[in-house]
Amino acid sequence: MADEVKSPAPPPPEGEKKPAVEERAAAAASAPAKPTAPAKPAGPVPVPWTSPLVEKYRSQYGSGLDAQTYLGQNYLTVERSLIPNILRLLRDEEQFDYCVDITAVHYPNREKQFDMIWNLYSFARNERVRVKTQIADGASIPSSVSIWPTANWLEREVYDMFGIQFDGHPDLKRILLPDGWKGHPLRKDYGILQQDQEWVQINLGIESGQ
Amino acid sequence: MNDRSNLDLDAPATPYLDSNELIINMGPQHPATHGVLRVILKLDGEKVLGTECVIGYLHRGVEKIGENRTYTMFNPYVDRMDYVAAVSNGLGYCEAVEKLMNVEAPARAKYIRVVLTELNRIASHQLWLGTHALDIGAMTPLFYTFRDREEILKIFERYCGARLTTHAFRIGGCQYETYAGFEKDVKNFLSFVAPKIDEYEALLTTNRIWLERTKNVGVISGADCIALGVTGPVLRASGVQWDLRKAQPYAAYSEFDFEIPIGTNGDTYDRYLVRMAEMRQSLRIIEQAVNGIPEGPIMAKVPKVIKPPVGEIYHSIEAPKGELGYFIVSDGSTQPYRLRVRPPSFVNLQALDRMVRGLLVADVIAVIGTIDIVLGEVDR
Repeated sequence: MADEVKSPAPPPPEGEKKPAVEERAAAAASAPAKPTAPAKPAGPVPVPWTSPLVEKYRSQYGSGLDAQTYLGQNYLTVERSLIPNILRLLRDEEQFDYCVDITAVHYPNREKQFDMIWNLYSFARNERVRVKTQIADGASIPSSVSIWPTANWLEREVYDMFGIQFDGHPDLKRILLPDGWKGHPLRKDYGILQQDQEWVQINLGIESGQ
Repeated sequence: MNDRSNLDLDAPATPYLDSNELIINMGPQHPATHGVLRVILKLDGEKVLGTECVIGYLHRGVEKIGENRTYTMFNPYVDRMDYVAAVSNGLGYCEAVEKLMNVEAPARAKYIRVVLTELNRIASHQLWLGTHALDIGAMTPLFYTFRDREEILKIFERYCGARLTTHAFRIGGCQYETYAGFEKDVKNFLSFVAPKIDEYEALLTTNRIWLERTKNVGVISGADCIALGVTGPVLRASGVQWDLRKAQPYAAYSEFDFEIPIGTNGDTYDRYLVRMAEMRQSLRIIEQAVNGIPEGPIMAKVPKVIKPPVGEIYHSIEAPKGELGYFIVSDGSTQPYRLRVRPPSFVNLQALDRMVRGLLVADVIAVIGTIDIVLGEVDR
């Protein structure tokens, strides 16, 4: 427990997160015989994911697409402009007919602040794939409700929690929070305590207990 | 309230004694919505033209809490999502973090996990059956199922001290060794509950009122289920034989022999039959697991302070209500950088509108019951 207190959460990882991991992997690969003395062994690292699917889209879209595997899970990192095409092709041609989840991650110190993540599953192939893209704060992303109807509520939740706009969504509004809510709670810069104090002051007329 | 576009609430105000469409609120304080679910119904007489669910009354910001707690501290919070299947929630979370740390729970822990999780599945289905039947007007099953569910809760209580929000598992295995007589208790329960399930079926399966209320009510096709992301017994009742315990086995499920019951019509009655069959399959799994619990440690070697390496993981399990997934992004610190829960109830509830259009108001109650939602998980 004492250790936990001593090590507060470090600042959120930024663009350099992946290279650092790859460097560590490269270092480990270049000197396999010489056991250095790190405190703990290097963890698993992302490795390139090769499959007919990836080859096909790489030849089609070139550098806008990157495919990797981490801990046995495949993900595609694609450019934002390719998103509607890739998602539709994955469903129509590759049988990823079940959209498990749509979510986002906020990196406030990055230029493109948000990672959008589509988590897909194919019943026919019994395979999962994650599609990722980066978008800037205030930018919008095409809605995938026309591809998977289940995206409706999932995108509403992402909008509610991160403030990301989905173009072409039939009914984009808050889903879990009340309509008049201020801010988007899962952004890293959302002040939990300020929100709490303000609410208590306005509604109860007392200072917050937090 | 001013932009409910798909309900056309902005239609010109009608004079009193309107004989056309009626918009009424069901909930949020309604006994048959299993919590605080508000459904806005657009009606023509008693026929449902459209619905809109208003959710979030139980929103506690579980994902935000996760970002502000260590991995260990967050473990009990997951029990509070689907609180009638807390063990399943804990299993999914612990396995996700274990995967992220690249450790595996010992075989003994896996078997104990399977036993408790399947007991929990039966408890969850029993609670569903009792309340669902009560909604439709059959009061007796509630007493039967709650009486029998008590036996499961007693086993939980003896194992870990808690009955509902059990916090039974830890990252890396189980904290508690089984108590003396655990195997005997579980085996006694198996022989106790098998005839009880027949009893529930004797009350309902050929009951004419039950058939009238459930047959061809809330029909949804397998293709619609997949498009809407619906999983669990609802998907299987529509004829899709898909269960994560078979498709992508986790814990020790690959070592057990069991079947995936499916339905054909995708109506409320088939969903009832599927869940009844699932309880029996769970009994089979428990019997195999409890007879084969291997000796050995119950905790893998995990550091006291959980610090997964930088990376991300998605792990999902077959919870009683469908696919329950955890997506965790780690930045190498003691707290998750992002923790996303993929809740089955939330996604399945979205299918309500598709299932109730054209039915009567009373059927909406039946359909809400048959989807088997827990609002604690819908709202998180």
